Amino acid sequence: MILPLRLEGVTYRDIIRPLSLELTAGPSTIILGANGAGKSVLMRLMHGLLQPSAGSVSWSSAGRQAMVFQRPVMLRRSALANVAYALEVSGTAQAEKIAMEALHEVGLAHLARRPARVLSGGEQQRLALARAWALHPEVLFLDEPTANLDPGATREIETLIKAFDAAGTKIVMSTHSLGQARRLGDEVIFLHQGRVAERAPIERFFPQPASPEAATFVKGELPWA
Amino acid sequence: MLDDPRLWQIVALSLGVSLSAVAIATLIGMPLGAAIAVGRFPGRQALIVVLNALMGLPPVVVGLFIYLLLSRAGPLGPLGLLFTPPAMVIAQTVLVLPIIAALTRQSVEDAWREYEEQLRSLGVHGWRGALTVLWDIRFSLLTAVLAGLGRASAEVGAVMIVGGNIDGVTRVMTTTIALETSKGDLPLALGLGMVLMVIVLALNAGAYLIKEAAQRRYG
Repeated sequence: MILPLRLEGVTYRDIIRPLSLELTAGPSTIILGANGAGKSVLMRLMHGLLQPSAGSVSWSSAGRQAMVFQRPVMLRRSALANVAYALEVSGTAQAEKIAMEALHEVGLAHLARRPARVLSGGEQQRLALARAWALHPEVLFLDEPTANLDPGATREIETLIKAFDAAGTKIVMSTHSLGQARRLGDEVIFLHQGRVAERAPIERFFPQPASPEAATFVKGELPWA
Repeated sequence: MLDDPRLWQIVALSLGVSLSAVAIATLIGMPLGAAIAVGRFPGRQALIVVLNALMGLPPVVVGLFIYLLLSRAGPLGPLGLLFTPPAMVIAQTVLVLPIIAALTRQSVEDAWREYEEQLRSLGVHGWRGALTVLWDIRFSLLTAVLAGLGRASAEVGAVMIVGGNIDGVTRVMTTTIALETSKGDLPLALGLGMVLMVIVLALNAGAYLIKEAAQRRYG
């Protein structure tokens, strides 16, 4: 088991202040915060795309993890080939077959042969989920995966994230949408200016945020959530 | 004049030499440019500056350099390549290689900015990353190949020096134009000039159409 993930005294330039936390298997974790709070940087530090300026990020063992970005990056080849490429890189046998199963999973099987870059934004993000899903990660990071999508596409992505969660994948997702946090999360890590201002179960966080920063954020955001 | 077999022999040799040089320079220059774009090593920035500067290498200087290498007393003299078409291919390859490598480096570096996080997240590193990006932007790289081909087909200094402009052996379009102009045979020079421009135009039009079609197909 790859989890728990431990961050100890992690800093990143002046974006993340000394920060320690532990992520355990089970609950889906929502990283919530305003723009510029450090959500994306924190996820990249966890995923290993960025090296902390100080402190340590340690997994309990090696294992598969994947990340879905706000803006999906697709190679100029078919949808199927994009998923198969990720599998080949990870050394998986029968990449095409597994890739096709993953496309079925996200409802894109009928577009398998279509060039990935001509798909709509929502379809590309579903394809990104299929690509991540095909790797059977123990932990799936999602960095504001619906920030660029319309409500319909957002619903589709959320449904898929719920399905991955139900299948036992640990979800770690950043968002600034309170509604999305409530729909998908079990616990909230609220970031404010690079610090964890509050960490609480979802059912406690929203009715009564303990920290003044979270209280302001929840109040300010509610009308548009 | 267009039914003169000598003319078509000259055109064929020109194309043969320049296309061979561009093909070799592409095979070496593209992986090289991609590696410099994606790699992080000491001296990288200096290498990029040198590579960019080499795009402006004067053909006569390249010709002289290859001449010294291939001349009887030179290190590669025993190969006996001086004043043969292979010598001209070598000279044009040296001339075109920096152009293709430098333009590839720029394109791959721009694309890498977009792909890097995604590819690193998937566990793609080093050569595999460079080749993945290179393949993904292959149609935009046609521009680099065309720039190289333009350079090769238009230059006269390098092929003149290492080829020697020998009638029926190493005489190409540009050297013939230079020679006939100095001899006063302006119609032949003009005719060759027009053939040269039509060929370059046709190659560019073809490449443009391929690129456009690929853009529509793959996005």
